[in-house]
Amino acid sequence: MTDEAGQIFLQEAAELVASLERDLLELETTPETSDLVNAAFRSLHTLKGSGAMFGFAAMSAFLHEFETAFDRIRQGEVALSPAIVAVALRACDRILPMIATPEAEAEAARSVLDALAQAMPGGGAHVAQRTEAAPPLATASRLRFRLPPDVLRLGHDPQMLLDELRELGPARVQAITAKIPTLETLDPTDCLMAWEVSFDTPVPRGAIEDVFLFHGDDLELELDPAEKADPPLAAASTAAQPATTGPKTQPAAGGETMRVATERLDELMDRVGELVIVEARLQALASSRKDPALLAVAEDIERLAAGLRSATMSMRMVPIASVTGRFRRLVRDLSATLGKPIRFEVTGEDTELDKTMIELIADPLVHLLRNAADHGLETAETRRAAGKPESGTIRLAATYSGAEVLITLTDDGRGLDLGRIRARAVTNGLIAPEAQLSERELYALIFEPGFSTAAAVTEVSGRGVGMDVVRRSIEQLRGQIEISSEPGHGTTVTLRLPLTLAIIDGLLVEVGGERYTIPLAAVEECVELPADQAHPGTGTAFLNIRGALVPFLRLRSLFGVTAPPLLHPKVVVVQAAGNRIGLVVDRIVANTQTVIKQLSPLQAHLRGFSGATILGDGRVALVLDVGQIVALGREAEDLHRRESAA
Amino acid sequence: MSSKPIDIVTMRLGREMLAIAASDLHEILEPVPVTRMPNSGDFVFGLINVRGAVVPLADLRVVFGMPAEAATNDTRMVVLDVPLETGPVTVAILADKVLDVSSLDPATVEPVPPVGSRWPAEAVRGIGHRDGGFVILPDLPAIFRTHCARSAELRKDIHR
Repeated sequence: MTDEAGQIFLQEAAELVASLERDLLELETTPETSDLVNAAFRSLHTLKGSGAMFGFAAMSAFLHEFETAFDRIRQGEVALSPAIVAVALRACDRILPMIATPEAEAEAARSVLDALAQAMPGGGAHVAQRTEAAPPLATASRLRFRLPPDVLRLGHDPQMLLDELRELGPARVQAITAKIPTLETLDPTDCLMAWEVSFDTPVPRGAIEDVFLFHGDDLELELDPAEKADPPLAAASTAAQPATTGPKTQPAAGGETMRVATERLDELMDRVGELVIVEARLQALASSRKDPALLAVAEDIERLAAGLRSATMSMRMVPIASVTGRFRRLVRDLSATLGKPIRFEVTGEDTELDKTMIELIADPLVHLLRNAADHGLETAETRRAAGKPESGTIRLAATYSGAEVLITLTDDGRGLDLGRIRARAVTNGLIAPEAQLSERELYALIFEPGFSTAAAVTEVSGRGVGMDVVRRSIEQLRGQIEISSEPGHGTTVTLRLPLTLAIIDGLLVEVGGERYTIPLAAVEECVELPADQAHPGTGTAFLNIRGALVPFLRLRSLFGVTAPPLLHPKVVVVQAAGNRIGLVVDRIVANTQTVIKQLSPLQAHLRGFSGATILGDGRVALVLDVGQIVALGREAEDLHRRESAA
Repeated sequence: MSSKPIDIVTMRLGREMLAIAASDLHEILEPVPVTRMPNSGDFVFGLINVRGAVVPLADLRVVFGMPAEAATNDTRMVVLDVPLETGPVTVAILADKVLDVSSLDPATVEPVPPVGSRWPAEAVRGIGHRDGGFVILPDLPAIFRTHCARSAELRKDIHR
């Protein structure tokens, strides 16, 4: 087996495990849903089958037991109990490790199987009993089958089916070629053969049906019962066949999507990025030459580049739902470990983010979830005493907000204790005992390295990875993290993340002869700076925009510009972190498509910039990080207020 | 340092001669437009476009305590890789003049005299002898590592 095929197997196995886990979790709340049982059974069956095909015998044998168990549930022989779901979830966790290190997992697998035997009514012995009892009930000694004509194009190999059938017992196979036309009308990609397989000894029908599990509606399958078999039952089981296997044919058909390695998408994105830069240069050139023909071409190229850019970007977008499944499981397990009943609600699962981004926020979110469950939520008794419902609630919500995606994680727990945060910060030397800090500043201390308010290090959280790591991960994505809390009512952590890391629409502005790009999605409007505000002086720096007071920041002073100011400065009103703020610039130059280049690690410490871009004339312009600029402005404001108070 | 001769690029900075291992060198550019990086200090002070890549530009004069000088016809931007723990970082440094590529016998390289040296010892790997003169071998990884650490410290202060 080639490495590539092995890789695909691993990827598929991971996806199947995820979908199995999702189905099991849902079964836990709605055990009566037969669709879910069927889906779980199919996942188990596919994992077992493809595992065996790729040589993971131990995993395959392990899953066989679970498959058998779910088969019995599916047939209605056994009722699904929470205990079975719990042990199946444990099995889920073992599948991927068993593929990686089968030997190391043998012990764990055995204990899971023991637990399964106990969870199943009648215990493990029942399984053996059944296999003895089953054959006389439903067997067949001969079968004929015909596959749908397009089966070869879908990548199925009839030879594998025949091999599988032969494994059931000694058999003779005969091809039925009656439907094959003459050579001139033959389409060699159609499968027009049928086969007749005669077994020397009758084999269980169930086993035969399993072989054809993934050949659903269009399969023609005839079973000749063994002499002693019961005819009505035989009819029932062939009739049941299409119903149970029908849904699975959709993924098997698979013509609608294809897998592409992420590196190839990255490469495509890089190329598109370069194209966008060259396109900007062409634009600059065309407008300086003022040649109508050249301008027309430049315009066409611009349109194409923009289309290509958004198409490429949309390829990289995946819904948040791709990670929330994992979180459901995590919260369920946390609830069990901590002995706290927890409701987990997710909204906005279809919100899309760049794939790289999704992968990188998963770990920080896991950390935040653990924190919420462990430190945020109280025990059921405490909650009852406080007059709250016994079940704590953790809510994960994702929404779009301009060029950002907002992810909020809310719990209805005890909230943050400002006094304790303060005390801890003083003990750890983060702040001076007499320091005056606003509520927001105190909350922000939680993200400082070495800060942990948990009085006791528990098994669940407080294992040395602090909130500072979470903040760093989010900031590396050019995102922001904020925390707010209401004592007794809970805590909310808000993540603000850019939609993508690669290309944005920007507004090019000039400050002191230098050019900067402001992400257009953050821009609300541009206005003139009133003449009475033109010179920096004392007093509050507020603009009156249609009756609303909007604070503004002078980028000249923020960036330390010394060149004399121009007349008629402009204000770009941006929206970030829920605040509106005006940025005073000298001049607004143009709208540009901006390929963001990450800043070198040598400059990563600088706040206020999310990256740099190359302009049409080849110069470098810095891209403003509006969120950080606003934060800088707020800090300056806080400082100013404290100084004027002192 | 091994005993094999190494290829070096010599360049003049103020009145000093510096030597950079040729294997670290990417290219030597005639001055291109520089974008100032606000609030970044005098050392790593700007950004330049090196064929589509955004590269930070540093002025080693700041490290060696030399006075600033205006650019001349000979001024060059030397693009090179600096190996840091986190991986190589591409930077450009200013040179008043780039002279030549020659080979240097590591055996002739001496440590910086602890006393009476004009240069901060932690920024220099050694002093080499060449054509009867001296060349300074700057310890670029150490210089940029110090810069990063200092900036991170600075940032923390701002944050508080």
